[in-house]
Amino acid sequence: MAASPAKRPSLPAILLANDLLDGDVVFRAASGWSRDPAEALVAHDEAAAAALEAAAVEALSAQQVVDAYLVDVIIDPQGRAVPRHFRERFKTLGPSHRTDLGKQADFGSA
Amino acid sequence: MYRYDEFDSAFVRARVEEFRGQVARRLDGSLTEDEFKPLRLKNGVYLQLHAYMLRIAIPYGTLSAVQLRQLAVIAERYDRGYGHFTTRQNIQFNWPKLRDIPDILSLLADVEMHGIQTSGNCIRNVTADHFAGVAPDEIEDPRAVAELIRQWSTAHPEFSYLPRKFKVAVTGAARDRAVTAAHDIGLRIVRNAAGETGYTVLVGGGLGRTPMIGKVVRTFLPKADLLAYLEAVMRVYNLEGRRDNKYKARVKILVHEIGVEEFRARVEAEFAGLDGPGINADPAEVARIAAYFAPPAYAKLPATSTKLAARRASNPAFAEWVAVNTAPHVAPGYAAVTISLKGIGEAPGDITAVQMRAAADLAGRFSFNETRVTHLQNLVLPHVRQDDLFDVWQGLIASGLATANVGLITDIIACPGLDYCALATARSIPIAQAIAHRFADQARQRDIGELNIKISGCINACGHHHVGHIGILGLEKRGEESYQITLGGDATETAAIGEILGPGLSANEVPDAIERIVGVYLAQRYSGESFIAAVKRLGLAPFKAAFLVAPGAHHAAA
Repeated sequence: MAASPAKRPSLPAILLANDLLDGDVVFRAASGWSRDPAEALVAHDEAAAAALEAAAVEALSAQQVVDAYLVDVIIDPQGRAVPRHFRERFKTLGPSHRTDLGKQADFGSA
Repeated sequence: MYRYDEFDSAFVRARVEEFRGQVARRLDGSLTEDEFKPLRLKNGVYLQLHAYMLRIAIPYGTLSAVQLRQLAVIAERYDRGYGHFTTRQNIQFNWPKLRDIPDILSLLADVEMHGIQTSGNCIRNVTADHFAGVAPDEIEDPRAVAELIRQWSTAHPEFSYLPRKFKVAVTGAARDRAVTAAHDIGLRIVRNAAGETGYTVLVGGGLGRTPMIGKVVRTFLPKADLLAYLEAVMRVYNLEGRRDNKYKARVKILVHEIGVEEFRARVEAEFAGLDGPGINADPAEVARIAAYFAPPAYAKLPATSTKLAARRASNPAFAEWVAVNTAPHVAPGYAAVTISLKGIGEAPGDITAVQMRAAADLAGRFSFNETRVTHLQNLVLPHVRQDDLFDVWQGLIASGLATANVGLITDIIACPGLDYCALATARSIPIAQAIAHRFADQARQRDIGELNIKISGCINACGHHHVGHIGILGLEKRGEESYQITLGGDATETAAIGEILGPGLSANEVPDAIERIVGVYLAQRYSGESFIAAVKRLGLAPFKAAFLVAPGAHHAAA
């Protein structure tokens, strides 16, 4: 469950998880966790990635989140962090056939 | 319908409160996620991509109007206004909050429902023919035995920690509508030369990464011996099943590895040593259960309805729907209605709360308060008077549920895929939508005739792609979604696993590929020959040739 240093993805990366109580996808932000993908803190170097991993371990043990892991992203021309892999892209958007649901509905498409 | 006795009711209530306590202990940190996960899974609670998911058992697919209305309440109060029927005749909610799930389970308990044994390495919800009790080709209603197995397998202490999940399906008819050959155990109710009913027992079927057709382990098992025989099968599996490797842990691998003769010998040896009378159900209890599945009080009607005939003659759209979405019924003057949950462009198996209520109301007015969920992700009103079909159709039109495509090319099975599922490797739903749009023309669909497309978003095969006439498997290939097409699968009593046609396709190449496959059929079929019959006659070659000429398809080896 916890992001493992051995499996750290390439950088830049963000930390995402599911909120324990609600199940909603959450992103590690500058302070705490945000439901808005635009607020995801981007780690550009190893130290920042390690800090995200430490935040994951802490939030997992504090019963805040589940299934926390680092996701490698690219920074699009608008400066937004977009997961490289399509699986995580869907996770930051919502069901592709139901744009009225998920992050894409709540925060606009990332 | 079966009604809970005091024991059932107390058991389900106790489980709700137990889970409430488990959630509380998870939230206060007494339980870690690793400790909590198997507990939540025992109640059907998964964590998917965007949210938790709650899977609710619908034993043998029989669902009352009252239960359907309660599902509508849950969909609106605790979810996003809809649910999803699965290929195991269950329903899933995609957006429940963990904090709410104990209350949801309590609402379910109010209508004798739960999520117990819809996950985990146990005997799962028992499925059955969705036309159980009404099919003219039926020997006996399979739900009585399915209910007996449900009671026997629920919280069975010896079979609660199996090497892997275990799925049982039962059919009582000549036509296998329950995919019994693709289950760990498939039971077919048969009659022997002496006229007695019993079971043909298939073991070791299954889809997933290693698809297998079940092998006949017993040609005729007397009814009275059922539970002892099942216990013998489960014991052999429980002891010998591969616990060292989850990919080899299903009973199909054991049957395959030791061979059906050896497996049969071990089962028979175990069976011979069991205390049959101590295990088999008391005949009085069997009769008590069977009584719940007695036919409803049908009216005495002529076999055909003049009212229906007149409506059909004057309304072509209605006639079309009747021809496609209704099935013969054992009672004169009645029909079984399949409500398609495959509206063109809709997500297969999805149903809104408003539609649930509409279907429940129609069941109340016209079908003895009963509905069925099919493994094909549709709903059935099992007992409709032919005289009432027009009114039912009108009601369905008002709810957007009158799509006349049952069994046709747009009646597609699709798992949730990567739009919801944490295990998926690719999306399923948009592929189904694209194919449905391509073949939406009603006359064309009817011309093509019966054709089952089944789509899975990963190798676990929840979408039954292996047994689709055309199967579509979504995979990941070099960071992109890629779709592998199989041909010649068959989910019925002539069950077969489809064969791969060629290299994987991108999502937008799939509808064209289906067109080309269908084109071969249309060009080469005999008069009245179905798609699957033509595939079996012609073999793969002509379809493969058409598949491979695709512009844009990669001609490299698969």
